[in-house]
Amino acid sequence: MTEMRERITRRIARELEDGDVVNLGIGMPTMVADFIPDDIRVIFQSENGFVGMGPRPPKGEEDPDLVNAGSEPVTIKTGGAFFDSTLSFAIIRGGHLDATVLGALQVDEQGNLANWKIPGKLVPGMGGAMDLTVGARQVIVATSHTTKKGQPKILPECTLPLTAKGEVDLIVTELAVFRVTGQGLLLKEIAEDTTVKEVKEKTAAGFSIAPELITFA
Amino acid sequence: MVKIVDKEQIKQLFANGQRLMIGGFIECGAPHRLIDLLLESGVRNLTLIGNDTGFDDQKSGQLVVERRLSRVIVSHIGTNKETGRQMNSGDLEVELIPQGTLVEQIRAGGAGLGGVLTPTGIGTPVAEGSRTLEVDGREYLLAKPLRADLALVKAWKADRDGNLLFRYAARNFNPVIAMAGDRVVVEAEEIVPTGEIDPNQVMTPGIFVDYILRNGEE
Repeated sequence: MTEMRERITRRIARELEDGDVVNLGIGMPTMVADFIPDDIRVIFQSENGFVGMGPRPPKGEEDPDLVNAGSEPVTIKTGGAFFDSTLSFAIIRGGHLDATVLGALQVDEQGNLANWKIPGKLVPGMGGAMDLTVGARQVIVATSHTTKKGQPKILPECTLPLTAKGEVDLIVTELAVFRVTGQGLLLKEIAEDTTVKEVKEKTAAGFSIAPELITFA
Repeated sequence: MVKIVDKEQIKQLFANGQRLMIGGFIECGAPHRLIDLLLESGVRNLTLIGNDTGFDDQKSGQLVVERRLSRVIVSHIGTNKETGRQMNSGDLEVELIPQGTLVEQIRAGGAGLGGVLTPTGIGTPVAEGSRTLEVDGREYLLAKPLRADLALVKAWKADRDGNLLFRYAARNFNPVIAMAGDRVVVEAEEIVPTGEIDPNQVMTPGIFVDYILRNGEE
């Protein structure tokens, strides 16, 4: 599990560029921050009200007023800034974020995302996810390729209530990297320990395969 | 004029059936002492407008756990399992709104606007039953203004004229709800003499504030 999450978030970190302003969703996406190369500077935005978010502080130095959107203790980097929730969402909705990384319950070949509600079962709410998908220039989905029961999460069409319609740009799983294009999904990369056959078996959506398919570790 | 009042005077502001805005983001920056007074006052059938319903084992979450609410208008309930239980049993009406839309509805309520137009939620269940408008070729949802009878605000420092500073991520919804309550009640970690907060640094001007909860030492 840890290994899978590490592989996904390590791969996503390579999508980010020097100077990017990025919001990481709660859960697995927060791990992306651990894999940013030392020679680039990525500015992390936290939707509860700051830019310049740094890593978890050493034990004993946690401050209850300085937490991320998942209530975990974090730090503020030199040059960071705090603001209220209207300004935070002006950043998010107003096109000032280069990228957001979000988890998924389901994602589909039209770039639709479902991650806030399983009717009758689990209704956590959307929080800031709908604003993030609408506003961020690039929406990257970080997800296990299948559910815990082995069911595909990448579908021809989401069946759960949508978080976003046609906003997803890139899907990264432990097996594959898909780009969402106007003509459906394009398989760009596969993990070094899988095959196109396995990816096909575990993906309910159709996809085309990039001419120069590369592998990632 | 701002009044600095004691606990009993604060409790007298609460009544059954009120619509309350409460600051905070899953407990961070939530007015825990005011919530205690709200719980002690025994009022019920409240409507809560805020980001979330807190943690079920921490202070803000107790408003749900102790069944003081009949309706919540929030963006997220996943950290309080009791909210989901009461929603499923029909005891609590839950209206979920995208966080950026919710905070703008509150701002609109405080700023005299008839609502805001947002692209967030188009093509999702959030858009069902909402009016949409096309502006310059893009589709937007109309999100109507929200106001409340009382706004409960947590500040870091307040001066005796009600000028407020917030600390780190504890700011969140607090300065926004401070504009949208018919009466605005503040708890501050520290109450300082007027003039001690530099006017250049004031985050919420004191004219929005009606009551400040007296701190123990005063």
